[in-house]
Amino acid sequence: MGLDVEKLRKDFPILSRKIHGKPLVYFDNAATTQKPQMVIDVILHYYQSQNANVHRGVHALSEEATSAYEASRVKIQQFLNAHESREIIFVRGATEGINLVASSYGRLHIKRGDEIIISGLEHHSNIVPWQILCEQTGAVLREIPVSDEGELLLEEYERLLSKRTKFVAVGHMSNALGTINPVKKMIQMAHCWNARVLIDGAQAVPHLSVDVQDLDCDFYVFSGHKIYGPTGIGALYGKAELLEAMPPYQSGGDMISYVTFGKTFYNTLPYKFEAGTPHIEGVIGLGAALDYVRALGLEKIEAYERELLAYGTKPLKAFPGVKIIGTAKDKGCILSFVMDGVHPHDIATILDRQGIAIRAGHHCAMPVMERFGLPATARVSLAFYNTREEIDELVRALHHVREVFKS
Amino acid sequence: MTELNELYQEMILEHNKSPRNFRALADATRKSEGFNPLCGDRLTLYLKLENDNIKEISFQGSGCAISKASASMMTTSVKGKSKAEAEALIEEFRKMLGREAGLDYDARHLGKLAVFSGVCEFPARVKCATLAWHTLHSGLENGAKVVSTEEGEKNRHA
Repeated sequence: MGLDVEKLRKDFPILSRKIHGKPLVYFDNAATTQKPQMVIDVILHYYQSQNANVHRGVHALSEEATSAYEASRVKIQQFLNAHESREIIFVRGATEGINLVASSYGRLHIKRGDEIIISGLEHHSNIVPWQILCEQTGAVLREIPVSDEGELLLEEYERLLSKRTKFVAVGHMSNALGTINPVKKMIQMAHCWNARVLIDGAQAVPHLSVDVQDLDCDFYVFSGHKIYGPTGIGALYGKAELLEAMPPYQSGGDMISYVTFGKTFYNTLPYKFEAGTPHIEGVIGLGAALDYVRALGLEKIEAYERELLAYGTKPLKAFPGVKIIGTAKDKGCILSFVMDGVHPHDIATILDRQGIAIRAGHHCAMPVMERFGLPATARVSLAFYNTREEIDELVRALHHVREVFKS
Repeated sequence: MTELNELYQEMILEHNKSPRNFRALADATRKSEGFNPLCGDRLTLYLKLENDNIKEISFQGSGCAISKASASMMTTSVKGKSKAEAEALIEEFRKMLGREAGLDYDARHLGKLAVFSGVCEFPARVKCATLAWHTLHSGLENGAKVVSTEEGEKNRHA
């Protein structure tokens, strides 16, 4: 049995909204996903009956909040198949996870002349922290080039790897083009040179099953809001022995075990990296989102989304003057495209008036756009609650774009 | 659909298709860059000033129909005008699309530029229409600096 999409669409109250008088067609899932009622309810319930600070009080509420909070950590551990729950650090999102590693691991291990490899498909959040680290340490940033199809050139990656390579940071799935990178192989290749690897899973986690032990990545990050959870919460997975050796990223309450004015002793994992009162309802909401996804089954989600991607690719490919950017063999449910004579922003404005929400622009991946000689693309990013009918609607709306532009 | 037609008026579509003064200017005395970091659109404006008059003006860059048409029509509107006249026009254009949303602007001064008044209904697109005008203002003032639409809120030409 596949997904009963009509039924599960009812779990997402926002999907019944109208935009400019038309039913909302939400095709901007790579930016953020909508939230099922279950996640909204859990957050409401937390504030209505569980609100207390965690890891503090001996009173019942605090214990309840703490146990709900820590239960989410275990859910994430299971979701990523991490070895231990203390390997899961709560962060604001993938961006903060990458910054944490660049700053903490980077400060400890990256020296002048070392090399850090990223790829030409990265989101700015997996470029800028490494640039800053290179500026601070005198290390050198290298980029894996991208083919015309939007795939990473692995033979070039092989050539970039050397004993100078200390770190590799690559996205699991490109937010701009949808390319799914062969990260398991890339991690193995990096490990041959004793380089550590961080995988940015912000786009992959909502669509693919991820097993960090099988990948053998050293770090993995993702954002909750892209997997049907709240904004402002995400997780960093790191191998325990690496996290143990790393200095704290931020300091304050909760990350300490003992403080005197002379010296502070840091708390154990994961708390060493979680200074201050955390985003408690975010953590609990994220746990609920993962429960929701798990109940549907990622294999079913993946199968449905692949089928939907194929269904959408066909008419776009055949549409006069439309060119799909990113045609990798292994691709997640993203359709990035350009249309002759019509700028992506104009496409997005006209689609919006039909109730269709897409993203137009550089998708925070300017180097990708530069690689393809484009200032911007129009991007349709799908989720399991999207339907064939919505794609038909998109194609009709694209004809309307042609009409408006009389081209 | 009426709002869309208001936005994408015939004249705007025509200027988008065949933008005027869309080239580099070899003997430009000023060159300024406009940038919209939200969408990555870039625009280079070339000015040839003589005795505070805009003798020649041209632009290059990539952008949506609104930003391209706005830049194109701006060049035809300010060519031959004095710096002060151009600044006054920038001010009127800004008023038409500014936060005051069309209050108090003088349509007579704007002439055919009034076709951009429909952009008000599309708040996300106002910056597309004003990018060229920000860039002209900066070109007239100092010439070299890259202006960003995101600095707009802080200065006069928001």
